[in-house]
Amino acid sequence: MADRQYELVYILPPDTTEQQVADLHEQVGQVVSRMHGQIEKNENWGRRRLAYEIGHHKEGVYVLDVINGSGELMKELDRRLKVMDQVIRHMVVRVDEEKKVIDRTRTKRQSESERRRVKRGLPPQRQPGEGRSQMDMDDDDDRFDAGEV
Amino acid sequence: MPFGQGRSGGRGKSGDKKTGDKKGGERRPMFRRRKVCKFCADKIDDINYKDVKLLGPFVPERGKILPRRISGTCAMHQRKLQLALKRARQIALIPYVTD
Repeated sequence: MADRQYELVYILPPDTTEQQVADLHEQVGQVVSRMHGQIEKNENWGRRRLAYEIGHHKEGVYVLDVINGSGELMKELDRRLKVMDQVIRHMVVRVDEEKKVIDRTRTKRQSESERRRVKRGLPPQRQPGEGRSQMDMDDDDDRFDAGEV
Repeated sequence: MPFGQGRSGGRGKSGDKKTGDKKGGERRPMFRRRKVCKFCADKIDDINYKDVKLLGPFVPERGKILPRRISGTCAMHQRKLQLALKRARQIALIPYVTD
């Protein structure tokens, strides 16, 4: 079975050192590799203000991992992160299906516009300096509707 | 109109009032900016919970999700937006409530 793709975001207290962040990433990596998954991307967003307080913390260090693996792996990871008290919040989201849909709509739109352009006798790609500039685009929204909401 | 009357039950008065309001609306030469779904207009396919800049305008001061009737978002994109906002709330990018 093809692996699913998940995004894991976790928040650490603001006083966490670089070393501790690296340690935790190591721990996550171990679980992932043990369960035959792989980490595709690791991103550290650094310190951010939290929109609301979590356990008396007003700020937090955000870390994002994109993980390819099975549902069991994520279940295990979720369980472990719940237990760890140095993680103040975490969330796992499955992303592969949504990504597929997004790609599909994007390519569909692309091919559709190319088809239309060719029909009009234009080259399939938009040429630089062609069409309206960004400024004009803004005016486009200013269509007015009388009366009814 | 029968819809409105059914809702107000026996109180016919409120129904009458409503008609009056409508007339007033028509008399005023009110021009309203036509609402367009931001995501359709800008061709944004991906409504991601991590993109606070994109989601920000849909969270008014109080922290509630801005309704479709005000923002003009289409049904499909409002559904996607709702999911993204709820995810963003979970990881404290966006508040649940602010008072």
